Amino acid sequence: MLQTAQRSAKSKTKKPAPPHERFLEAFRWMLLSRTLEEKLVSLYRGGLITGGVYIGKGQEAVSAACGLFLQKGDIFAPLIRDQAGRSAFGEPLLDVTRTYLGSRLGPMRGRDGNIHRGRPRDNQLAMVSHLGAMISVTVGTLMAKRFKGEKNFVGLTCIGEGGMQSGAFHEGMNIAAVEQVPLVVVATNNHYAYSTPNDREFACHDLVDRAIGYGFESYSLDGTDLSACLDVIGGAVRRARAGRPPQLVVAEMLRLSGHGEHDDASYVTDEIKRQPFARDCLKVAEQRIVDLNLMDAETLAEWRRDAVAQVDEAIATAQKEAPPEGDKEDWCAISTRDLVDSLE
Amino acid sequence: MSITYLEAIREAQAKLLRDDERVFIYGQDVGGTFGGAFKATKGLAKEFPGRVLNTPISEDAMVGTAIGAAIQGMRPIVEMQFADFSSIALNQILNNAGTHYWRTNVPVPITVRLPSGGTKGSGPFHSQSMESIYAHYPGLIVVTPATVEDAYTMLIEAVAIDDPVIYCEHKYLYYHLKAEKLPDDGLPMGKARIAREGRDLTIVSYSAMLHETLAVAEQLTGEGFEIEVVDLRSVKPIDTNTVLASVARTGRLLCVGESFPWGSVTAEVIARVAAEGFHLLDAAPQRLNAKDTPIPYHPNLWSAHRPNAQKIAAKARALLRE
Repeated sequence: MLQTAQRSAKSKTKKPAPPHERFLEAFRWMLLSRTLEEKLVSLYRGGLITGGVYIGKGQEAVSAACGLFLQKGDIFAPLIRDQAGRSAFGEPLLDVTRTYLGSRLGPMRGRDGNIHRGRPRDNQLAMVSHLGAMISVTVGTLMAKRFKGEKNFVGLTCIGEGGMQSGAFHEGMNIAAVEQVPLVVVATNNHYAYSTPNDREFACHDLVDRAIGYGFESYSLDGTDLSACLDVIGGAVRRARAGRPPQLVVAEMLRLSGHGEHDDASYVTDEIKRQPFARDCLKVAEQRIVDLNLMDAETLAEWRRDAVAQVDEAIATAQKEAPPEGDKEDWCAISTRDLVDSLE
Repeated sequence: MSITYLEAIREAQAKLLRDDERVFIYGQDVGGTFGGAFKATKGLAKEFPGRVLNTPISEDAMVGTAIGAAIQGMRPIVEMQFADFSSIALNQILNNAGTHYWRTNVPVPITVRLPSGGTKGSGPFHSQSMESIYAHYPGLIVVTPATVEDAYTMLIEAVAIDDPVIYCEHKYLYYHLKAEKLPDDGLPMGKARIAREGRDLTIVSYSAMLHETLAVAEQLTGEGFEIEVVDLRSVKPIDTNTVLASVARTGRLLCVGESFPWGSVTAEVIARVAAEGFHLLDAAPQRLNAKDTPIPYHPNLWSAHRPNAQKIAAKARALLRE
């Protein structure tokens, strides 16, 4: 059902959806993402997932908006907390569950886990853990499209305030502006780089001020407000597509989880939890639906049941699938088989 | 008419730009009217507008951009101004380009040109040979052309290959090495070449050290020794079979490389011969590399730091006496 909704969303990109329709569509991706990630967390706690689980709790509004405004032919380079955006962009739930549960049928075939998954052939890039690295890679994809004569495309990549302090981020932003590619960089300041608070991450007044130094246009955003996310991120995507300079959006919110599920986030202070940016964007969006009577309670309950059903099905399918096996693996890191080094 | 090693690299790039619209060149000072710090792209920006592009001093982003373009079907050539500066791009080369095919099944056809190796007066940061570092990591092909012909054909082949290729071109050879003409084709990548036949000792070498080694082989002829010289051409993959076949003929092995000694290509060759051809050896295999210090600036120190014909000859004589 949701996959149908997604296809219709893609077809509607030519004609903008009415605000409430877009809001509800984004909310539904947020709901699916939250449902999926809560289930992944419980599987992790039950010892059924090897490696880490990294969730986007609290960042779904920003992320969903990122995925929602991209069209066929656009490039999406998501980061660690972008399940909502990945789903809205078109990533099948099975890609998620197969990767986390180690099915050999997943896109990474057991070779890489959790949030590193991607489908580069379908324009969803596969992130590496080294933060900032994907910005220049996204720039390169857009240069290629320009070389090939394609039109009307954009690239969108996500970063956190932690990754914004890397050298790769600086180089990537600068080269994006030099190349004048249609790029949107969506940065989330969730107030912690793993356990390190903002005051040990940067000393500038506001991260958004960096944009002018790079030659980007920029916007600040309350990342807990889905309407604002749709307006600002949608606007940035539209402006990049129209040939404006690269766009930087800096959204503020609190990470409502640990860095990963191995982390109890005990370092998050009570004071910061009381700040306005610490609101849960999903609850805020739901309250708006109720306040504006955008949907009746029964439909909302149906959406929840549907999300749970989709997630359960994707998990059940992946759990039935065989894992990769070392002695059947093709241990070959290059595609040119006759140039494989023959050392055993 | 003669053509230099450097001109061969330029001509290969001109041919690639002419024949393949997916190719573009990306690097510091490669474009405009300048044509690169060593002029390896001289005139190409004018001949191929929009396809030979100057970049900011951002090695990480240069390679990251090339990776993205390659994923989308282009064939970028990245010129590092000096091999030494590719250390800034290690993350993109090793962790992004090197892992991408394995992780996603989508290869990354980038070629990274590294002007490598020492020249007089270049000092610690403009002299390095980094092939061993790149060869250590999975997912990369590493080549070290030592002749004008190989400089030309291997660069064309590097761009044609679907995987990332680290192309180590030696700055000392840029102007010193000349050929009469460019070849139409050459030995395929991954195959070593017997640069000189002999029966008493195998010296395995590559890049600029090949020429020091050939000089030694010539010199030792006068002392009654016939030295077989193997030019590895590519250090990943290593053509172990050609090396083993040579050692089978000579019974003795010396490996010569310009890089730092620890974990070097020479160590890898000796490990393979010891493991797979121990019975072929009449004496313990030996190797010769640069000293394990940063590369010095002063010519007196530099010539003492790197392997040269004199040092290779001394090592060879000692090995031949065993």
